[in-house]
Amino acid sequence: MTGNIAIIGNGESALAFKAGGVDAFFADDEKQARELLKKLAKSYKVIFVTEDLAEKMDDLITRMLEQPYPAIVPLPSDKGGNGYAVGKMKSYAEMALGADVLFGNERK
Amino acid sequence: MTRLNVNPTRMELKKLKARLQTATRGHKLLKDKSDEMIRRFTALIKENKRLREELEAELSDCLGSFATACAYSTKEEIDKIFSMPVANVEADFKVKDVMNVEVPSIEVRETASDATYPYAFAEMTSEADYSVEKIGRLVGKLLKLAEIEKTVAMLAVEIERNKRRVNALEYIMIPQIEETVKYIKSKLDENERAATTRLMKVKDILNA
Repeated sequence: MTGNIAIIGNGESALAFKAGGVDAFFADDEKQARELLKKLAKSYKVIFVTEDLAEKMDDLITRMLEQPYPAIVPLPSDKGGNGYAVGKMKSYAEMALGADVLFGNERK
Repeated sequence: MTRLNVNPTRMELKKLKARLQTATRGHKLLKDKSDEMIRRFTALIKENKRLREELEAELSDCLGSFATACAYSTKEEIDKIFSMPVANVEADFKVKDVMNVEVPSIEVRETASDATYPYAFAEMTSEADYSVEKIGRLVGKLLKLAEIEKTVAMLAVEIERNKRRVNALEYIMIPQIEETVKYIKSKLDENERAATTRLMKVKDILNA
């Protein structure tokens, strides 16, 4: 395996990535996912995380912002996304520009 | 605004004036930096939004066909097919410097897909082929997304930090120094007037 890209997911959504040359790791609950992420952060450059898990590990992901790597990317799972990634972008826009100018009209 | 706790001497005045100059220049520089970072940030976040929407659509499409493939085959077959990587994404992971922020820079070299599937076509449904092929192409694009998303996040943090510095200079440091300079000047003037008056008084006494 290339050892640079990993995915943490629950069930099937991670399996599909395996065919794309991504190292897949399965986590069923938050605790497992946290431990996996901590472990993988040391060796992988890019870690994809399904959105439902990413939402629960928000604090951990925020803490990893200081270093350029690993880059953690939330992805929608096979059950569809929950808007975590868009929400995150929104908060960054607010943080940097003072107001959310890009995602304002998409508010549900 | 509180003034700094210094002795009203010429020495201090000189020091403070130098500090004021540095602070003003620093403030200007930081403000320029902030403007430039925001400009880049805006461009990147727009790009990010576009890319994410595009890729999420592609991904759900891909996972859809994957789910269909799963439905047609047994668990063992699926495990067999998808545990062998078909496409191998090779990428260079570097670090780039954007306005003194170290951000990731990922260069996808080649999505080496030799289109030989690790299973016989007779074994699997065509849906599986599609999803395997799609995911191979998708991973390269997802890496691009990873790069941009991380850059956006890091820039956002840096912009906020920079904003704090600019504000600290503009609203705390510079006014404080200005006030202190004013205070020292008035104190020195006062001393000078006191000295003159004293001399005049002495002269009067001597003349009398």
